[in-house]
Amino acid sequence: MAADMTQTPPAAPPATAGKAGGKPGGGERSRRFGESGATLNVFGTGFMGVWAIMVLGPVLWVVLGAFKNSSELNGSAWSWPHHWSFDAFSRAWHTGISTYLKDTVIVLVFSVSLTMLFGAMAAYVLARFEFRGNRFIYYLFVSGVMLPVYLALVPLFFQVSKLHMLNTYQGLILVYVAFSMPFTVFFLHSFFRTLPSAVYEAALIDGASHTRAFFQVMLPMAKPGLISVGIFNILGQWNQYLLPVVLMQSQHGEAPHYMLSQGLVSLMVAQGYSGDFPALFAGMTIAMLPVMAVYLSFQRQVQAGLTAGTLK
Amino acid sequence: MRLRKKTRERLFIASFLAGPLAVYLIFVIWPYVETFGYSLTEWSGVAPPSKVVGLKNYVDLFHDSIFLKALTHNMIILIVFPTVTIILAMFFAFMLNVGGRKGGIGGVRGIRGSAFFRIVFFFPQVLSVAIIVILFQAAYESNSVGLFNAVVIKLGLTDANHPWEFLNSPTFVLWCIMFILVWQWVGFYLVLFSAAMQQIPRDYYEAALLDGAGRTQTYFKVTMPLLWDSVQTAWVYLAVAAMDAFALVATLTPGSSFGGGPDEHGEVLATYLMRNFQVLGKAGYACAMGVVIFFITLILSLVVMRATRRERLEY
Repeated sequence: MAADMTQTPPAAPPATAGKAGGKPGGGERSRRFGESGATLNVFGTGFMGVWAIMVLGPVLWVVLGAFKNSSELNGSAWSWPHHWSFDAFSRAWHTGISTYLKDTVIVLVFSVSLTMLFGAMAAYVLARFEFRGNRFIYYLFVSGVMLPVYLALVPLFFQVSKLHMLNTYQGLILVYVAFSMPFTVFFLHSFFRTLPSAVYEAALIDGASHTRAFFQVMLPMAKPGLISVGIFNILGQWNQYLLPVVLMQSQHGEAPHYMLSQGLVSLMVAQGYSGDFPALFAGMTIAMLPVMAVYLSFQRQVQAGLTAGTLK
Repeated sequence: MRLRKKTRERLFIASFLAGPLAVYLIFVIWPYVETFGYSLTEWSGVAPPSKVVGLKNYVDLFHDSIFLKALTHNMIILIVFPTVTIILAMFFAFMLNVGGRKGGIGGVRGIRGSAFFRIVFFFPQVLSVAIIVILFQAAYESNSVGLFNAVVIKLGLTDANHPWEFLNSPTFVLWCIMFILVWQWVGFYLVLFSAAMQQIPRDYYEAALLDGAGRTQTYFKVTMPLLWDSVQTAWVYLAVAAMDAFALVATLTPGSSFGGGPDEHGEVLATYLMRNFQVLGKAGYACAMGVVIFFITLILSLVVMRATRRERLEY
């Protein structure tokens, strides 16, 4: 990447630079700034275009595949669907996608809210109070980042089993919350440290309790950080595959509560036997849509949340 | 109730930490401590562990050729994947934030279409691993109707009668997995680095501009040094992701249980661990493997933290 660009020799700033009302970066200077990277620009933009195609290509190909029939799909990768019908979608919907979606949403609503509440509480206390064991508890939380999920999988399975929470919403919710703690605490800890204490101290002097000051003063101030870490948690828990596979299996014959990711893979196996790939692709398309909607509408908040980390 | 100020504060701290700590200790720390204990036993994973064998599992590990193979593969992933991802993400973030030609404020702004690229590149992050697996299974299809084969045939790199055996090829299987990893993660770090870049005060860029620095120079002298913190974070997280790669290898590569590719050419520690757990009935052995993975990750993170230590700049 470190292409050796011709460097422009340092020049004295033009005399007009200090002129009142002169637009900064207008005209000559910015032109020079741009010139030093003309090649980089062409190459860079081209490369970014290629990468964009690499990301969108497979996704669009799968969405198109949902509209093809099996013979078109097996004929050639470049075939175009002849008649746009939603048959495959209704087949996928009735083979279980609707149930998986419902279960996933139920779990995520609770697990993400609880993750945010617990994560914020712990991070806040660790970031802004001096007490014995503070560092230890902080590192205990953060070290969890080093722990690959499958490492504790079997003991975890027995742990959840002992609590009679296998294949229950509450079991998976608690496990999701626990495994989301390290990142959430780590992220919010650094965020709470940057918040000014003035407002908070004023609230205490006015007789607010610590708890009240936290909920009414600090949390609203930390909103940007909460939003961005919340989005990452939604994505992370939505993407979780291994935990539900281990914890959400049918016990004693009652119906398993499959998460969407797990359901899709079981659908993949089923379609592999029946050869109904359009339905599989349709199922994937259905699974992608809500996430895409959430993502596209929160896109700006992700950026804003991350960037608002420092208060000037 | 009139309590001393100090006592009130203590109560508050305790009440706030109780919930999060309890959940975390029960579901993360404890199973994980148990893993260490189990690694010293001979245990099939069904009945409670019967026999304590001390360090035998660890000794066996380092004489186990498949384990050593998987370890090598993880090391390759560990070097290639974070490096490529960070370089790409940095480059993209630079193009998107300060790569533009005609100056906006202070001559600094992104290229045209920045918003579009940002949204597209981040997209793989919102796909669940299951979707990514099914997507690439279809794309890597080793007959001529798979998407990637269709592309290489169109490009004239091979003909329809000799499609490439992406995931079935001993040489390429690991690279195919790494490609997916990069594809998946670049967008996330692009957003992270973008956020960090946007926090850099514009006057720094203006100053560099006034001093006659070109774009490349500005990047290496101003942007990069100020991004160290986020690069550090990125390294640690990517290292953890590199030691994992479980879902991809387990579901995409050919192999009887949990994949592994042709003759273990795509085997990683995570899949070998799971196979020992669930198929070969060697849970104690698998736990020992888990402990080894954990220490590798830990040492790596500490090295990264130390090696990239810089003076912190407040702005």
